[in-house]
Amino acid sequence: MTDNALKKTVLHETHVGAGAKMVPFGGWDMPVQYADGIIAEVRAVRNSAGIFDVSHMGRLEFDGPAAGLFLGTILSANMPAIRVGRSKYNFICNEDGGIIDDAMVYHTGDDRFLLVVNAGNTDVDLDWINPRVSAAKKISDAGLSDANQADFTMTVITDETAMVAIQGPDAVEIVDGLTDGEASNIRRFRIGKAIVAGIAATIARTGYTGEDGFEIIVATADGVRLWSTLTDAGAVECGLGARDVLRLEAGLPLHGSDLSTDTNPFEAGFGRFAYFGSPGYVAADALRRISQAEPRRKLIGFKMTGRGIPRSGLKVLSGGDRPNVIGVVTSGTHSPTVDGGIGMGYVEQKYAETGSQIVIDVRGRLVEAEIVDMPFYKRG
Amino acid sequence: MYPDDLKYSTEHEWVRMDGNIAEIGVTVFAQDSLGDVVFIDLPDVGTEIRQFDKFGEIESVKAVSDLFSPVGGKIVATNPGAIENPETVNTDPYGSGWLIKIEVSDPAQLDALMDSETYESTLE
Repeated sequence: MTDNALKKTVLHETHVGAGAKMVPFGGWDMPVQYADGIIAEVRAVRNSAGIFDVSHMGRLEFDGPAAGLFLGTILSANMPAIRVGRSKYNFICNEDGGIIDDAMVYHTGDDRFLLVVNAGNTDVDLDWINPRVSAAKKISDAGLSDANQADFTMTVITDETAMVAIQGPDAVEIVDGLTDGEASNIRRFRIGKAIVAGIAATIARTGYTGEDGFEIIVATADGVRLWSTLTDAGAVECGLGARDVLRLEAGLPLHGSDLSTDTNPFEAGFGRFAYFGSPGYVAADALRRISQAEPRRKLIGFKMTGRGIPRSGLKVLSGGDRPNVIGVVTSGTHSPTVDGGIGMGYVEQKYAETGSQIVIDVRGRLVEAEIVDMPFYKRG
Repeated sequence: MYPDDLKYSTEHEWVRMDGNIAEIGVTVFAQDSLGDVVFIDLPDVGTEIRQFDKFGEIESVKAVSDLFSPVGGKIVATNPGAIENPETVNTDPYGSGWLIKIEVSDPAQLDALMDSETYESTLE
């Protein structure tokens, strides 16, 4: 029996009732925007606080004395260096160093970790991770002598939890007000437990917008109440459209656009999150080799200086009298925060200098742009 | 929502006739489907265009959409206000959000367009 029906988060009815435009995303029916539109939502996150239903993202829990050791074999993270209560951005890479997904790993407790992955990649990630979980149950040739290397379990907790991100300059204050001041004790990039308006939660001070704030995980049954508590506290409902603009403005890559199995962490500019020294790490040889070579191309950010909006797939040309194709746009949009077109793309290494003038072929119109450092805006 | 002095195309453009000059824009339905309009690309004044041909592009934050002319003729004006402030297409699509004016070559072409009631019924 095939079931092509889109999955729904526990907040689905809430979004529909609020007048959200719903779109399919990664197999889920999600809000792309609410009534006031994407630009208003982006401004709310940059100026006050916005909330996002991110329940559709994959949440995998790893428990047991060998959990960290196992994660070291599949993630580009130095697991022993992530102390309890801390997190690390990382990549799930294949044996060639290609990026299957980007992820956040959180050390939530003794011998306990949470791995959050992209909604659209959760099935692909599990197809890749599950056999490795099974294999770890046997004593392998990975050179691990620890007889307890199989002593861990993986549990997919996506369906039993809801996750809401609150982001913006007012976000921490709002959550502080709902947690008797406990939230601000959790510093940037850390994670801890809290009671949010009477709801038991795990809160991580991480996000995908460039703003301060939290990603709040609760039991599914508490998702609706958490959402309405946050809107009552003044947070503005925001959808996937605003989320994509915000992350691009912040210079954060999107898997499926800027990252893929055809790209590696080094050419994307994220070599500092591509640790390959863990025992038994599946991508160690490939990443070591790639890290030692000069990248042929680099992921850069650019701002349009002429009139036009960059879009994924458009060609990038060199500036000057005899323009030639030097790359491709992988992400692009109109940025309300800088009031112009911004984008990311891969360009040949020798052209990838900040300040370089480039040209974007916008469906036949050649429009000038400039390579800039990211993020594209300054925090207010 | 759909003024009854205008004619409408299946591509969600409207036409307001003044003599043989057609003023053209996109409907409330179109701007709502698009979301926030952030960029408009219009042709040069003087361009000749045939009925239902693409005459430009209108971009929202998330996507690019083509604009199709409901009538044919010569473009005699484009709206600098809409180009400078694309959001007027959202806030005033039948007024200051107009896009182009065409000197209509064949007024009979208007017969191929819908009246407001018919257009509205296609939106259900």
